[in-house]
Amino acid sequence: MADTPRPLRGLPMRRDDRFAPATGLAELRDRHPISPMIYPDGHRGWLVTGHDLAREVLSSPHFSNRPELLHSPLDAPLPTQERPQTQPGFFLNMDPPDHTRLRRMLTGQFTVKRMRALEPRVEAIVAERIDAVLAAGPPADLVAEFALPVPSLVICELLGVDYDDRDGFQTDSHTLMDLRVPVEERIAARERIGAFMLRTAHRKRGRPDDGLLGSLVHSGELDDAELAGVGFLMLLAGHETTANMLALGTFALLEHPDQAELLRARPALMPQAVEELMRFLSIVHMGPTRCATADVRIDGRLVTAGSNVTVSVPAANHDPRRFDGPDRLDVTRPGTGHVGFGHGVHQCLGQQPARPEMRIGFDALLRRLPGLALAVDAKAVPMRSDMGLYGVHELPVTWRQE
Amino acid sequence: MRIRVDRQMCVSAGMCALTVPELFDQDDVDGRVLVSDVTPAEEYHDRVERAVDSCPSGALRLDRATV
Repeated sequence: MADTPRPLRGLPMRRDDRFAPATGLAELRDRHPISPMIYPDGHRGWLVTGHDLAREVLSSPHFSNRPELLHSPLDAPLPTQERPQTQPGFFLNMDPPDHTRLRRMLTGQFTVKRMRALEPRVEAIVAERIDAVLAAGPPADLVAEFALPVPSLVICELLGVDYDDRDGFQTDSHTLMDLRVPVEERIAARERIGAFMLRTAHRKRGRPDDGLLGSLVHSGELDDAELAGVGFLMLLAGHETTANMLALGTFALLEHPDQAELLRARPALMPQAVEELMRFLSIVHMGPTRCATADVRIDGRLVTAGSNVTVSVPAANHDPRRFDGPDRLDVTRPGTGHVGFGHGVHQCLGQQPARPEMRIGFDALLRRLPGLALAVDAKAVPMRSDMGLYGVHELPVTWRQE
Repeated sequence: MRIRVDRQMCVSAGMCALTVPELFDQDDVDGRVLVSDVTPAEEYHDRVERAVDSCPSGALRLDRATV
């Protein structure tokens, strides 16, 4: 067993290279893939940076995801911690069997087959957004004009939520995820989204349609509060995530022109390129954090019941013991094994719609915007270092008009 | 190679159906795994191993000794 390391003070977040995990994580992972960490509130827990240990923790039945048991690994408190979210239906914050009951009501709607059937709609949505970008002419902010609207339109359609209501929930979900905003404001934003979803749930109850929420009404198993909680989770998880992958992924491809060229020449590489971008970029960069519900040994270390363990997804996805040359973006890499969508029972429910959104989205950007390039110096692109999900705040781009 | 399936553990992530659609499918109602052949032909072995490795729930396991 390795020597006992000195405890870290909170999760390292400073990046010297914007496409690499935070500075210090690589050295830590090589020496102590599980390392003691003192959380900013004083809690003594652990940070996991190794790939195999990350998967072990995330798939272990001895760890809970209930927010009242969790400590924030960052200075900024989490809204869930300041005032635990007890919203019914928000099953990300639940453990089995409550989690299992709710998730299983939805999983039939997110199968690989169902999502293949959704692809023509994703293609149409992507094509419309590209048409609009082309019509307005360069330059364009790809975040506002493409990366955010595409997944928002898709999730609204899946849920059966009116896209015209998007301004409210987009602003509020941005506020909720912005760690620079005071926690009271973030809680207020969360409550506004909750109220919006409750109104939507009432409406679906009165007139259920074919969307996901409507079909949950038909199932007759959920009350309005649960329905609203499920809708909240889907809406939140369904648009910011993919939006950040589309924008940051495009930035990464523009900064690795050989990889972009490969994708233009060999479109069949796109499915594995999406997995590689998920691995390389690892936009979930502040956790997840879990709480041990029993004494557990992880890599020989005793994690006592009640201790929190934070898993660094970027560090795990750049583990050289699992991936050759992990800090190299390589779209020819076989795509499986990364933990970009998580692992275990909470692994991303929306990964099957996210994949075609990214595949079709990147493909359209590379093909339909000839000579796509940054419109500003790469150093001037504002990074989302302080946001719950990593990415770019804006991506000003230009292209050749033909 | 024999594929062992525990459908109780399945969380319907769909990694298997994505990786080897020729062998794995998902139930229409709850998305849980369906396997058409638990002793797959050799041509599938590499991809089956990747599918099993990617399974987030441990619902899929491999018994390599069995022919």
